Amino acid sequence: MSEPAASRPDITFCPGGPMLVRGRVVIEDEDGEQHTSTRPVSAVCRCGKSALAPWCDGTHKLLPGWR
Amino acid sequence: MNGAHQAHCHPCGWTSPRSARDSIENVQLPHPRGALGAHLTTLLRTDPRTAATIDDAPTADNPDDAALSLWMLHELHYRGFDDVSDRWEWHPATLTTRARLEAALEARLRVEIADAAIPRTDDLVDDLQTIIESDDGRSLARHVQQHASREETEALLRQRSIYHLKEADPTSWVVPRLPARPKAALLEVQFDEYGNGDPARLHHVLFEQGLSAAGLDAAYGAYVDEALPEVLDQNNVLSMFGLHRRLRGAALGHLAAFEATSSVPSRQLAQGLRRLDFPEAMASYYDEHVAADAVHEQLALRDICQTLVAAEPALADDVRFGVWACLTLENRTATALLEEWAA
Repeated sequence: MSEPAASRPDITFCPGGPMLVRGRVVIEDEDGEQHTSTRPVSAVCRCGKSALAPWCDGTHKLLPGWR
Repeated sequence: MNGAHQAHCHPCGWTSPRSARDSIENVQLPHPRGALGAHLTTLLRTDPRTAATIDDAPTADNPDDAALSLWMLHELHYRGFDDVSDRWEWHPATLTTRARLEAALEARLRVEIADAAIPRTDDLVDDLQTIIESDDGRSLARHVQQHASREETEALLRQRSIYHLKEADPTSWVVPRLPARPKAALLEVQFDEYGNGDPARLHHVLFEQGLSAAGLDAAYGAYVDEALPEVLDQNNVLSMFGLHRRLRGAALGHLAAFEATSSVPSRQLAQGLRRLDFPEAMASYYDEHVAADAVHEQLALRDICQTLVAAEPALADDVRFGVWACLTLENRTATALLEEWAA
């Protein structure tokens, strides 16, 4: 039993949450500082409130009406 | 049991880091908490090749006895015990008792969830997030962040060690039972849990290192004799969900709830550990989980649970059951500890 193979995205926008990125990425932030991903799938902050920016730390869930 | 303590030497000359344990250390049977546990600890020290296939195990004296007995029987599937034959893992006598204890545990939880308000719409991820958000249990992490004493925090770490020293292992049982999409996504989570190929970054090794740095015993199973029945229930449910193909939906729902309630509490725990001057190795275990579980939460909800239910719609209710069970049992542990501390 196997379902049709769907192509797996490299980047996923999670509703109300972060952007998932697969593979090694280097992100340059607003201050020009570079951040290299350390895991096979990384979550990039989209709410702007993460204390671990540019990575997601789950803070979006503390914002009212996040989803 | 494997008692080899020498460093693992690879033909290419690579020597494993001392920080990651290569040997399976000896795990002692716990002290029984009633008639069933006493019966099992005696039975397990005998030779299974000459033991009767039908066991005359007594019923458990109390929930504590039942929980520790089931924990012992599950443990035969993980690392076993020092003076217990590995053959007991698949012996009819232990399997019969295990099945009886699991049936009672599952039935108890099924009765309880029947009274819970569980949303059942067409949007599974939304349902799961609603169950998670409406959970109003007390938080151990917030207590550690703000008020806990060093003694209370050490007690919490000892309780957590029962699971964290085999972190992610129960969910690995589920892998071969899954269709392609949830299987691939679960492996993305598990690979990260297992350090992305680096034994020194395995999450349960990070916890070991944190415990040692904090002056606690990092040996597998070291604190099971002080494990609360609520903590044993948490571990037993994880093992039961993982070991039964029938319960694969519940196992993955449990994973989703666990990951979705980890990032923010992990940050609070890291802050609390630093407030109490615990070593960095202990605090950084939780730092790792802030970032890792923010990823795992999304993968577990969408790429694992949602794709599983798309392929096997009949599993939707068990996914919800797993989410509910994870949250409910954690709340019981939190309540038990916070009441003990009068916090």
